Amino acid sequence: MKRILFSICLLVGLASASMAQSAQYEGAMTKQVAMLDDSTNFTPDRLLEIANTFERIGAAEKSQWLPFYYAGYCYVMSTFMQKDNDKVDDLADKAAVNIEQADAISPKNDEINCIKSLIATSRIRVDPMNRGMKYGMESANLLVQANQINQENPRVYMLQGQALFYTPEQFGGSKTEAKKKFEVALQKFSSFKPASGIAPHWGEAYTKGLLAQIK
Amino acid sequence: MKHLNLILFAMLLPICMMGQQRISGKITDSKKRPLQGVNISIKDSYDGATSGADGSYSFTTDAKGTQYITATLLGFTSQEQKIFITGPQEINIVMRNNVNDLKVVTISAGSFEASDEGKTTVLKPLDIVTTAGAGADIVNALKTLPGTQQTNDREGLFVRGGTGYETQTFIDGMMVRNPFFSGLPDQPGRGRFSPFLFKGTTFSSGGYSAQYGQGLSSALILESTDLPQRSSYTLGASVIGVSGGLEELMKDKKGSYGVEADYTNLGPYLGVVKPKYAFSKDPEIIGTSANFRRKTSSTGMIKFYGYYNQTNMGTIRPSLEYPGFDELFELKNKNVYTNLTYKESLGHDWKLNAGFSFSSNADDLNLDTLKKSNPLHGKNVSQLTQTRLVLTKGFGQYSVLRFGGEYQYGVEKSNFGGWQANYVDNYTAGFVESDIYLTPRLVGRVGGRAEYTSILAKANFAPRASLAYRLTGNSQISVAYGDFYQKPEQQYLRFKNDLGFTKATHYIASYQLVAKNYTLRVEAFYKKYHDLVKTGMDTSTTGTGYAKGIEVFWRDKKTFKNTDYWISYSYLDTKRNYLNYPFEVQPDFAAKHTVSVVYKYYIPAITTNLGVTYSFSTGRPYYNPNLPESKFMSEKTMTYNSVGLSASYLTSIRKAFTIFVLSVSNAPNIKQVYGYRYSTDKLRRQEIVPNMPRFIYLGMFMNFGIDRRQDVINNM
Repeated sequence: MKRILFSICLLVGLASASMAQSAQYEGAMTKQVAMLDDSTNFTPDRLLEIANTFERIGAAEKSQWLPFYYAGYCYVMSTFMQKDNDKVDDLADKAAVNIEQADAISPKNDEINCIKSLIATSRIRVDPMNRGMKYGMESANLLVQANQINQENPRVYMLQGQALFYTPEQFGGSKTEAKKKFEVALQKFSSFKPASGIAPHWGEAYTKGLLAQIK
Repeated sequence: MKHLNLILFAMLLPICMMGQQRISGKITDSKKRPLQGVNISIKDSYDGATSGADGSYSFTTDAKGTQYITATLLGFTSQEQKIFITGPQEINIVMRNNVNDLKVVTISAGSFEASDEGKTTVLKPLDIVTTAGAGADIVNALKTLPGTQQTNDREGLFVRGGTGYETQTFIDGMMVRNPFFSGLPDQPGRGRFSPFLFKGTTFSSGGYSAQYGQGLSSALILESTDLPQRSSYTLGASVIGVSGGLEELMKDKKGSYGVEADYTNLGPYLGVVKPKYAFSKDPEIIGTSANFRRKTSSTGMIKFYGYYNQTNMGTIRPSLEYPGFDELFELKNKNVYTNLTYKESLGHDWKLNAGFSFSSNADDLNLDTLKKSNPLHGKNVSQLTQTRLVLTKGFGQYSVLRFGGEYQYGVEKSNFGGWQANYVDNYTAGFVESDIYLTPRLVGRVGGRAEYTSILAKANFAPRASLAYRLTGNSQISVAYGDFYQKPEQQYLRFKNDLGFTKATHYIASYQLVAKNYTLRVEAFYKKYHDLVKTGMDTSTTGTGYAKGIEVFWRDKKTFKNTDYWISYSYLDTKRNYLNYPFEVQPDFAAKHTVSVVYKYYIPAITTNLGVTYSFSTGRPYYNPNLPESKFMSEKTMTYNSVGLSASYLTSIRKAFTIFVLSVSNAPNIKQVYGYRYSTDKLRRQEIVPNMPRFIYLGMFMNFGIDRRQDVINNM
């Protein structure tokens, strides 16, 4: 009797511990991802703070790609908000380290390719003359690969549109081509179902914002 | 029942212990300055915080007992500290600056590196070709760096009191026998190889690595590009010719191949802009090249590059010897160059580089004093076959050991008016060299090179050493020493092989500050020449000489918006007693002061790049045979001034990226005199001047597929 009781206790204890762990992960991630849905958090300092939290979660979990993915996302987004060109490379490096960890856990992932593409784009502005060609092409290639993995990912079209939108026409950019990409992206957004509440789902409002600038 | 209580107690224990504890503190650097943005956490838990602007942090945790607290921040070494949590804790952490690649000292005395890879390189590969007035010629662009001379009337790069022959060119480690197009008298050919073939360029103005030899003064080390990003086709048209090429990336993205062809003819241009001396045959160049690259594994790569080129040209100029008559000089050149290399990592920090190269150069000359003498024919053929093997072993984080060997089989044939002078040389060399990091701030490089050449039947051993120490932040000081040996020039070896190696000993000290947007370098050197070639009654290697000087380089990319500029200044004090010189004098190829200013400005609104390059040097000595011997080389030419301009406009025509380029060398048409040549009777002299003092170039390039416009814009 005692043994049985003890075993039951032990089992219950173990189960609750692992449930607690998973609930803790979901809970923490949901809270952090929600912060990224709030545009007021998009300042370099806030993003760094959120990235730090994702890094802590990633370091504790080890087998989840999403914390590293979001940490990379925060870092790369903060490069676009940086006023100081000198800091861009360091932040992009940090984003790259995180996204490589995500990639190791979840290879051939279209969402991860999107972040890698953004990282390449972020490096161009440090030295457009020397870097434009190399990183512009790397960024575009990564999106092509992402599209091959998952043709339904709206963020791929959005990023392709963004590249066309911001590139001057003489360099191959085109507002009309960008508009087409944004429209496809919105179409895909409308049918896109994130795998879970914490899976990547950003970009729709941003796409609409850019599209509104063309119209 | 008692047992049950115990079990319940055991089960409840963790809950009892769940009381949260507050951990707080302050993070500073080693100088007690607060650090913001530090990620502090309890290892393997979610608990943690980010430090604020004052370096303070605070968070609560459920963790109890022995734990590890970690602190991470970009640019700092991550810290891990063991703590024991029983109640609220205050933990202050001091973080130390990270020693990353940026901060590790590198050997820099005497060398300028242009590469995409290093963050602290002084120049990017494209900088070499964005220089106005350089005309996309690597060597012309390098003439804006300190240590070089504006010796534009002779072939080669003249460095620190050395002749053009004293600079050796290497592609992927292998020597290039004829890196320049054959030229006409006083009109040297430009570099044969397009700057776009190379991802890295290192220009060493002295004290270079034991891996390379046979250059008394300088080494130009070129590293070929790897796989292209995408397939592309190119078309080009300009006032002097047309070109086309294709580069195909294989489907598996592990290999590529490409072919290219170009045709240049100066005829139409010369119809509009008259040169000083007429051409009997308008310069015409037909060139073609092919390349193949294949990844053999994740770390292995095999590369082939092959090149064939033929040029045909001739000039007529008034005879200095025979007034009223004309001198004809015609040249036909055929050149083949091939280079095959293989590199692979062997594991355990071992790396292998192997290479094979064959090149052949044939010059057919036709000299004639028209209507006076019979034409004189000459033919020079040089062939070089070589193979090279280098092994590298890494030790610790940064230190490396390199060793290897090379073998060259050279054939030199010369036939002048029926006189033959041919020779064959077997050259063997071995080297060993090690970069030893005593600390990340202090590196020493020691090595040596042993060479044997069959034509001289002599061997040499050249020790090399350098030391670099990082001061604070981005600045470092370095010193270098080395012995350098070189065979006498072919024209002397042809007739007499009982000579020795010529020799130079370099001593260099430099200070360098490299930040992201500006660079300052100051370098002083002393070079002692021994055993230079002496001509006269008998050719020997008994000449002497020295060169010493100080050089300054400043580059700034930040102060002015969209503007990048650099300034080089070289002071050179050199004398030598060589060839027919009666005693040690400043040679006729060396100027005391040389200045270059390169300015680049980009106008984003109209996607146009503008560039200006200004070069200046004081007069060079020349030999006036009417003066007594004691006044040998005592007269100097006028100062040299040159202003090059370039403008390029980027656009797209249909699907092709297109660029229009206008560039003008010596735009204000300033008179440039490099020296004087006297007739045998000393009564008449001719100025040595550029045949086309100002050159206007207009061209258009189209690229389908990958965007290479940036390359082309920078081409001018």
